[in-house]
Amino acid sequence: MTALRRVTGDVKHAPAALSTLDVLWVLYDRILRVDPTRPDAPERDRFLLSKGHGPAAYYAVLATKGFFPADWLDDLAGPASRLGHHPDRTLVPGTEISSGSLGHGLGLSVGTALGLRAQGLTSPHVYVLVGDAELDEGSNHEAVAYAGATGLDNLTAIVIDNRSATHGWPGGIASRFAVNGWTTADVDGRDHDAIATGLRQRIPHRPHVVVARVEPKFEGA
Amino acid sequence: MREDFIRTTTALLDDDPRTAVVLADISAERFAPAAERHPDRVVNVGIREQLMVGVAGGLALTGLRPYVHSYATFLIDRAYEQIKLDLDHQRAGAVLVSVGASYDASEEGRTHQSPGDVSLIDTLDSTWTVHVPGHSDEVPDLLRAAAGHDDPVYVRLSARSNSVAHPDADRLSVLRRGDKGSVVAVGPMLDRVLAATDGLDVTVAYTHTPRPFDAAGLRVIVGDNAITGDGATTGNNVVLVEPYLAGTSARFVTDALSDVPHRLLSLGVGRTDLRRYGSPDDHERWHGLDPATLREKIGTFIDR
Repeated sequence: MTALRRVTGDVKHAPAALSTLDVLWVLYDRILRVDPTRPDAPERDRFLLSKGHGPAAYYAVLATKGFFPADWLDDLAGPASRLGHHPDRTLVPGTEISSGSLGHGLGLSVGTALGLRAQGLTSPHVYVLVGDAELDEGSNHEAVAYAGATGLDNLTAIVIDNRSATHGWPGGIASRFAVNGWTTADVDGRDHDAIATGLRQRIPHRPHVVVARVEPKFEGA
Repeated sequence: MREDFIRTTTALLDDDPRTAVVLADISAERFAPAAERHPDRVVNVGIREQLMVGVAGGLALTGLRPYVHSYATFLIDRAYEQIKLDLDHQRAGAVLVSVGASYDASEEGRTHQSPGDVSLIDTLDSTWTVHVPGHSDEVPDLLRAAAGHDDPVYVRLSARSNSVAHPDADRLSVLRRGDKGSVVAVGPMLDRVLAATDGLDVTVAYTHTPRPFDAAGLRVIVGDNAITGDGATTGNNVVLVEPYLAGTSARFVTDALSDVPHRLLSLGVGRTDLRRYGSPDDHERWHGLDPATLREKIGTFIDR
């Protein structure tokens, strides 16, 4: 949170950043096998931030973990800044994809998981983070259906559910994935142990989704 | 050309472990034998074109070289934002290979036609290479060359064809010389242009690779004809004949000849939704790209 407070100037996306903070911290602190000194190592896990909105939390976690100097956080979206309101993978070390336009990360993550598998890289796991409102984009459902049909078990999606989807998800978000063959976990998006437990769940030949519930429009401390 | 694509890409799958093919049902049956041998590198996502391109982006990010294939209207028009963001913005190179072109699917109607595909590619980063082969024998080398690097490539295949292949015409290749103007024919328009300009005193140059546009070649051709100076010389007439939207390459000609007085006539597919079926020959005629109409337009232009 200390690092996050340094990232100012993206008021519009502040709730989005705060809603992802705990999940991002658990990912980088407990789950992902990534090395800031070798951010392109072939055997690394891949984390794709599809929900590119509000990347302040993402930047704060990456800086805290040593992917780039913390003083970069003090200049968000300035003329000389590498950190914009949506991340650019060519500018930010440790960032797998450039994102911002919603509905792209799941498709890219499916391709990444397929590409690793095709090259015999069985150790790396692919994680992709989307928002509940982002799931409104139809492109996500192409990816969800295909990943489920092909049993893409080196893929885990995390849905940050802050109930911001305009029309909601009757029946629950997890059921949308489950009907396509995904395994699911529903966790408190502020409970680090629960998040980690959810992320570690795996069943062979099935992709996995963790729905992390957070308070709507959480403004934080 | 489609068969040459399937044959060449299948061979690449066998020979190059970096090659992958991503499909959205179109041509999937023809890749079935390759899919049996390389199940991890032949990916058919079903009728999901946005995913098709997104998957290609992910494959490229892991170091593979994806060949992505469908009808031009589904591959380029429908999945344009994925091409823009999942490939171009990510710096993830893929080889996009389309069929259908502007009106190969004349009987299918507007929904299966893509006269604007090259214009859409032109909105992207300038590193894209665009191939528009005019003969099936030009296709294999273009596809094999694309396997050897990671830059973005678009290959626009068509059922329309010239009678003779010119595999080396990656730059403007002069096939006929004249003094009253220069006619640039792209891809399958060459035979129509040669027929249309028979007996006219014009240079005819051909390319199957309109991007990057051969600006230096055009300057040489125009310079050979025209002559520097006051701009009144007839040799400064330039005519573009392209098998996609008329004027698509006009700005490249303007840039190439920015310091050379010239006149430009841009011919190609019109923007009008014809709302007619018929044959590709019919559509070619309705768009004014048949030899007789081309001859009339080019002759009027250079004599004006």
